[in-house]
Parts: sequence; structure tokens; C-alpha cells
Amino acid sequence: MAQIELQGIERIFTLGDSAVHALRPLDLRIDAGEYVAIMGPSGSGKSTLLNLLGLLDRPDAGRYHLEGRDVTTLSGDEQAAVRRTRIGFVFQSFHLVPRLTAAENIALPLMLAGMPAAERKQRTNRALRDFGLDRRADHRPEELSGGQRQRVAIARATIMQPAVLLADEPTGNLDRQTGQEVTALLEALNAAGTTLIVVTHDPGMGSRARRQLLMEDGALQRDWVPPPATPPAGRPAP
Amino acid sequence: MTPSDTFRFATRAALGYPLRTALMVLAMAIGVAAVVMLTALGDGARRYVVGEFASLGANLVIVLPGRNETGGVNAGSFVTSTPRDLTVNDAAALLRTPLVRRVAPLAVGNSEIAFGGKLRELMVLGTTADFLELRNYRMAQGQFLPREDFGRAGAVAVLGHKIRAELFGAEAAVGRMIRVGDARLRVIGVLDTAGQGLGMNSDELVIVPVATAQNMFNTNTLFRIMVEARSREALAPAQHQLEEILRARRDGELDVTLITQDAVLGTFDRILGALTFGVAGIAAISLAVAGILVMNVMLVAVTQRTGEIGLLKALGASGRDIRAAFLTEAALLSLAGALIGYGLGHLGAWAIRLAYPVLPAWPPDWAVIAALGTALGTGVSFGVLPARRAAGLDPVQALAKR
Repeated sequence: MAQIELQGIERIFTLGDSAVHALRPLDLRIDAGEYVAIMGPSGSGKSTLLNLLGLLDRPDAGRYHLEGRDVTTLSGDEQAAVRRTRIGFVFQSFHLVPRLTAAENIALPLMLAGMPAAERKQRTNRALRDFGLDRRADHRPEELSGGQRQRVAIARATIMQPAVLLADEPTGNLDRQTGQEVTALLEALNAAGTTLIVVTHDPGMGSRARRQLLMEDGALQRDWVPPPATPPAGRPAP
Repeated sequence: MTPSDTFRFATRAALGYPLRTALMVLAMAIGVAAVVMLTALGDGARRYVVGEFASLGANLVIVLPGRNETGGVNAGSFVTSTPRDLTVNDAAALLRTPLVRRVAPLAVGNSEIAFGGKLRELMVLGTTADFLELRNYRMAQGQFLPREDFGRAGAVAVLGHKIRAELFGAEAAVGRMIRVGDARLRVIGVLDTAGQGLGMNSDELVIVPVATAQNMFNTNTLFRIMVEARSREALAPAQHQLEEILRARRDGELDVTLITQDAVLGTFDRILGALTFGVAGIAAISLAVAGILVMNVMLVAVTQRTGEIGLLKALGASGRDIRAAFLTEAALLSLAGALIGYGLGHLGAWAIRLAYPVLPAWPPDWAVIAALGTALGTGVSFGVLPARRAAGLDPVQALAKR
């Protein structure tokens, strides 16, 4: 059984009188631990697909099974519970709460899950150490560099130990060097067993994924697994 | 999300936007302060008036000529038409009741008083010896009117405190002759200062025997008769007996009005209590305005923090979590405003007491509780709409907004 199973998923937006097919009927299976890049031009439906995978959006038709459970029929609060425990999000613009410190931002999902403060602090401290942020724990997002901000965001996305990590252009707002660091971080998490699904414009980042999906005009154009002969580490230095 | 986390999150959110929070707290504070201060003023006035009447003495029945058709005592009871005079003989007859301790007939008019070339207008009060103790007045010098027959027009006068000071200054007043209207009277005493009561200022009064006053104003009728019962318990039976006597004296028709101290007090208590309520109601409007402001500000906050709400949803916050967070924030802001307003209101009441020491301007408990309750109530109820809007936001669109 695949971890993620989409059957005939469809998403239609109405703009004025005309219906726009953001996603045409689409079937997709992703197994646990996969590393998938979703690529394609803007407006091709890749963000819509990611939102549907993350239960932020509801499809107009089709079935979505996450870990064998049909999640399309769940209520809003039940979906929230699934997002809380099984799914982690990383955004292009980090989406940190500006008035909270790095540690508090990381602890947000634990707080929403109602974890006691003492245990929360322990887990947050471990995450801060793991992501090399222990000296930035009490800094607000505005006092952090872009790379540090994204590391806080990744720490927050993984603190609940989700099964699936969804990243929407995680390096889009970062320079090349920090982008590579963040990519390496995400790949390390994937290597530890978390399913990683990345939406990206960047062909460099996309080519590192073990499975590449190419979207075009709301449809899956190509589902390609590159031969393992070209390992990501073998890329020439720029 | 646990309640304590919700509380902490809402506090941080409120403190995260200090100007907005300060303005909203101020608006709420002004509303609460207005209620506390205005009710303090209204209730102070009520207590002042009630206190004035209470100083009349508790077991008093006042007999007025004329009768109002409707029963009960209201503000109109004090204005009565006079089909038949109330006379000195009526007053004398009332003394026959064993339940009555003192009777003082009152005849009142305006006249001129003259001494040593000084002249002034003043109120002349014709009464009898019992009046002094009936009103709890004290003598500063000399003595009060002598105890004698009600019909005897003695040529003596008792001066109010201020009148004595104005006419005689440092000179001795007792024993001197003055002119009141056309009558020449000997000053036999001066009242101690006592202040206001029943529309008469005893400090600016000249008191003469009731027959002297009636001669002076060429009338037979009395302004009213004040009767003091032996005790508080005797008040109701005494009133009944007085009515019987008066009815018998006027061919079976009771064309006078009897008012007891209690009834007067109760009436003023009611009138001024209603006034306080009215004032509180007006002040409550500012609370409602503050409530609408809370809603406005919270709606702006929802718009401002759309991205944050979307993020919280993506992180797995349920609609209830978000609703609770925003409602708690609104409640916190209202509570802070209410408490500050409560302090400001008490400060204002204190200032009123400082400016007008006679006015016991303390806010009544019900007003304080109502103001704090309304502030919290409006804050929370006007916070519901923004909180629901926040909870209902579509996470995708909320996240897209930055």
C-alpha cells in the first residue's frame, strides 16, 4: 500500500464565468520515504497539487488516501489533526510568526497539539541543537538571516515527526549557498525516512530528486525516475 | 491547545501591537470610567438629598392644605390646591392625640428686615416653640420662641445665623429691636448654623410666633403643619389619628395631604435612583461604542494576521483553537480597559468629592459590577464575529497573503 494515493483528483477554480482546471483528473502514488520533486511552469498546477497533498485545499472530485485512510471525507478539524501529526510544511517565505522567538516558532505545533510546557521545552531544545540554532533560540525572525529563518521553519515542520514533508520552493528566497545548505538539510531528513515532496522552479534542485514529476496545464506530463548512475553528489562545482 | 497556552498566545498577540492595544484599552477605559464617574455623581446626589431629608428627624408627618386626587406620594404631592384653609386651630387640635409629641404650625412669607439703616429681603417663618426641637436646630445665643398659646402674636423674633451677621456684625443682637415688614420685634435669640433643609435655609431666616406672621401677611391659613410622632412605630397610627381629627374638623372631608418622612425619602430615593440609572445608561452608550471599536480592531487584526492564521491552520490548528485565541485576545483587551477605566472612574469620583465635599460621590456597587460586566460582555460578544471570521479563513488563501 502506497503512503499517498490520489485517484482522479480534480480541482476547478471559477474565475468570473469561466472554469479553470487547475488540476485535471490525476492519479498518483507515492511510497513512504520517497524524494519527489514537482516541477513545471507557473500556473501548471504544482502548488495546487501540493496544497491538496497537504490537506490545505479540498479537491472537487477524486479520492485521496493518506496512509490507507480516505482523508477527502474528513471534517475540517479532523483534517487539521492529520496536518498536525502527519504533515510538515516548509514555505518559500518561511512564514514565521514575527513576534515569537525562534524557539517559540518551533514549538508552535507542539503547543497546538496541547503538549505540556516542560516536555515541549525539551523537544524544542533538542530541535534547536539538531538544526544548529541553539544560540539563536531567543532571537525573533527579523534578527535571523534567511538561511536561519528557513532552518527554523524546517525545525518547526519536523518537530512533530511527520510522515510527509511538503516544501513549496524552499530555496526560492535564499541565495545559492544557503539554498544548497537547506536542500542538504531536507535531503538528510528524507534519508532518515521522511517522505519529501518539493515543488520547485529550480531545475538544479529538481534534478537532485529521485523522482521527478513534470506538471503542465494541470496535468501530469511526465513521471520520471532518473537512473541512479547520476548521483546528486557528482554535480560539478559551479 | 491548552487554555493556558491560548491565554499566553493571546497576551503575546495583544502586546505585539502596542499602539493598537493601547488605543483600544483606552476606548474601553473611557467607557467604564464614564459609567463609574457618572453613577458616582448621580448616587452622590441621591445620598445628599436623602441625607438632607433624614436630618429633618425621622418620625415626621407633614400636613399640607389641599388634596391630590391620586394616592401615594410623588413629586406633585408638594403642589396642592387649597379648597379650605389649614388653620392654627387645626394645629392645636392635633396636639390632642397621645401619639403626637410635638406640633409646629408653619406660616411662611417674604418680607423686609431692617435694623440700623440696613435693609434686606428675607423669608419670615411663623411657627411655635416646638419647631426648634422638631427640626433639631440649636441656639447660638439667647432663646427660641416662648411656649405660649398659638394665637398669641408676641413681638419677638429669632434670627438666622447669617442674618444676624449681616445686620449686627460684631454687635450683640439679643435684646435689640428690629423691624420686619411693618412690625417692630425684639430679638430674643440667634439660631446656630444648620444649613439647608426642606427648601429653607435656616441661616437666612427670621422666625416669629405664628400669629405674628399671620398678622404680618394678613392671612389665616398655614403653609403646613409639622407633626412629630412619639416613635417610629407610632408613625402610622399617628398619621391615621391625625387624618381622623382633621376629617372631623372639616365636615367629614379630608382636604389636606399628609406626607410622612418615609414617603418623602422614598420618593426622592426613587427619583434620584432613576436619574442615576439614566445617567448610567447614557454612559453605557460609550461602552457600546467601545465594544464596536473592539470589533473593528479585532477585524483589522484578523486581516493583518491573515498569513499567521493560515500558517496556524497549516500547522494543524483547529477552527476552535483560532476562535479561542482571538476571543481571548478581545476579552483580555476589554478586561484591561475595564480595570483601567475602573481606576480612572474612582479617580474621577475622588476628584468630584474633592471639588464638592458635600456630595458623597461614591459609585454604587451595582454600577461598578454592571460596568465591568458590560465591558467584558461587549468585548467578548463583539469579538465573536472577528474570531469566527478568522476561524473560517481558507488556509490556502490565508497563506498566500503576506
